Amino acid sequence: MSLDFKPELGDFFKDETFRDDFTFKNSPAAIARFPFPFDRDDYMYSVNMEPHISGRPGSVFEKTFDVDEHYVSEMIDRAKVLAEDPLRCQSLPHMTLAGWDLLELIMDSNARDYPQWFSLHKNGNQWHWINRPLGIDHKFTFLDESTLPYGPMEYITRQTQGDFSLQDERDGNLWMDAGMITTQADWSLDFDVGMNFMEWHAPVPLAHEKQVFDRALKFLLKLQNGSPVRRFNWTMTVNPLLDTAPETYPKWGPTKASLTQDNLGSKQHLRVELQALFRLPRSNAIAFSIRAYLGKFEELVTMPKWGRRLHRVLRDIHPDIAAYKGFARNQPAMVEWLAKYDDGKPTSPGWWPTPE
Amino acid sequence: MSKTIFPPSIKSRPVYATLEPRPGNAHVVIADGEGAEALADLLAKAPDRAAMLAQMHILYAPGPTGTDQWAAVQTLGAAQSYRAPTIAAMLPRLTKVVSEAHMGTQFYLTGTEGLIGQAEREIMMTGLPFAAIQKEHRGSTLRRVQCVHCKGITENVALDPFVCSHCGLSLYVRDHYSRRIAAFQGVNIDAEDPGLVPAAVERFK
Ligand code: HEM
Repeated sequence: MSLDFKPELGDFFKDETFRDDFTFKNSPAAIARFPFPFDRDDYMYSVNMEPHISGRPGSVFEKTFDVDEHYVSEMIDRAKVLAEDPLRCQSLPHMTLAGWDLLELIMDSNARDYPQWFSLHKNGNQWHWINRPLGIDHKFTFLDESTLPYGPMEYITRQTQGDFSLQDERDGNLWMDAGMITTQADWSLDFDVGMNFMEWHAPVPLAHEKQVFDRALKFLLKLQNGSPVRRFNWTMTVNPLLDTAPETYPKWGPTKASLTQDNLGSKQHLRVELQALFRLPRSNAIAFSIRAYLGKFEELVTMPKWGRRLHRVLRDIHPDIAAYKGFARNQPAMVEWLAKYDDGKPTSPGWWPTPE
Repeated sequence: MSKTIFPPSIKSRPVYATLEPRPGNAHVVIADGEGAEALADLLAKAPDRAAMLAQMHILYAPGPTGTDQWAAVQTLGAAQSYRAPTIAAMLPRLTKVVSEAHMGTQFYLTGTEGLIGQAEREIMMTGLPFAAIQKEHRGSTLRRVQCVHCKGITENVALDPFVCSHCGLSLYVRDHYSRRIAAFQGVNIDAEDPGLVPAAVERFK
């Protein structure tokens, strides 16, 4: 595979893999800022959205798009996924303007939030973008596709951690008409592209009956430019495999049968998606970012509150949710492993690791 | 024969109603198999049957289980009636008819889900309003299924699980449906435990 960038790891970004030998792990600093998604000892689907405003310094909520120690290696992994299967990035013809909107949002945000890594100079539509970690220095004309090596959405999301989808708004609904999806929790962009909000959410159990999607859609249709919102989603992944795609399920499916009490702490990962929604200014489309964080069970239990809470959440989860998320077969093993870290003490409200 | 009753399902799974005559300056009927009976019922309800037939173009193919009611369709006396041997053979003509349709054209799709889905996809690609499309299911419930792994489509799937006609994996059939692909999704059933394939059940007829 040839990369069209020349990565510069420096001393912050890690050289690691999300495939084959799976060398990915979190530094102690990354564990301390892990977005643990449970603010209480149980879990059920809800309309869990809050304003995406700058949160605690150092947390994943501080910046519009969180760039962390895994950035460069995640971008190399994405390039490999796309080389193997270009259908993971698709944009229906009417979505190009939304792609430019997204490119601008990410470039503006990252140049502002991380001046040491990214710069953007604008002279009218003549833009100069520098991405130091990936070794990219590029002058192009904003809104002129012929000056980029890819479409605008693909260009910028090959340089941004997390998946992205772009939703067109028509007929009082949102239509997933474009996306860069290489770190998905087992759903297919190629199958879902062109669907509306209710159609692509169709496989989710329980939430339709609880009116979660009716209410969420109503809320999103009112989303304003400049007032983004965020929410969490989570699932379970064996091995630090970012690309759990249905397309390649026969390759990674067997790893679900590989867990033992001895290897579970290092092989089983809690996979957390920090999702944010942005109304885009020119196209009126909505951008959806799905940023996946992987945490090994053995890393998470270094925070006593998280160990206790994860045990309780997984022990008591609704069986339909465990089945839908694909971990029902390993739920007893996970609960057994985690039980050692649950001394029965109460936990404090909220997801921060302290107070316990 | 009454319209097919499907069990309650998820929200991407298409739903069907009963065809009703609607005012329009052209009536395009796309049907296969038992869809011919829905067409007869539609005409029986038309306020002015002769006027509707005078503006009607029928594209018909036999159904996947062999039902061929072309003789009855032909004698209805529509302005244009056409029989294709299969849906695949019908598609080039369907594409042309649809691309030449205009506002005011009413579409009546009836028969199997494979026929209805592929016709709807052609109409959607032209950007004509959804409101001009009616769909009534009749006859076979055999499914058109896309393998999520190799992307190949297997027509007329009766068994669940079934063997993908392209890559050979054993797939279970989901209710998750893509209108863009006009197919249900098939997913490898023994991905986690290779070789453990349950006995196939005849779910679709
Ligand atoms: C417009 C942006 C959104 C997009 C593109 C999106 C996309 C998706 C997709 C593709 C899935 C997987 C469905 C499958 O199994 O095939 C999913 C799951 C889900 N979505 Fe969304 N979604 C969006 C917004 C929301 C919002 C605002 C909510 C708020 C309640 C929500 C709640 C959920 C839930 C609860 C699940 C099930 C997740 C799980 O249990 O792992 N989504 N979403």
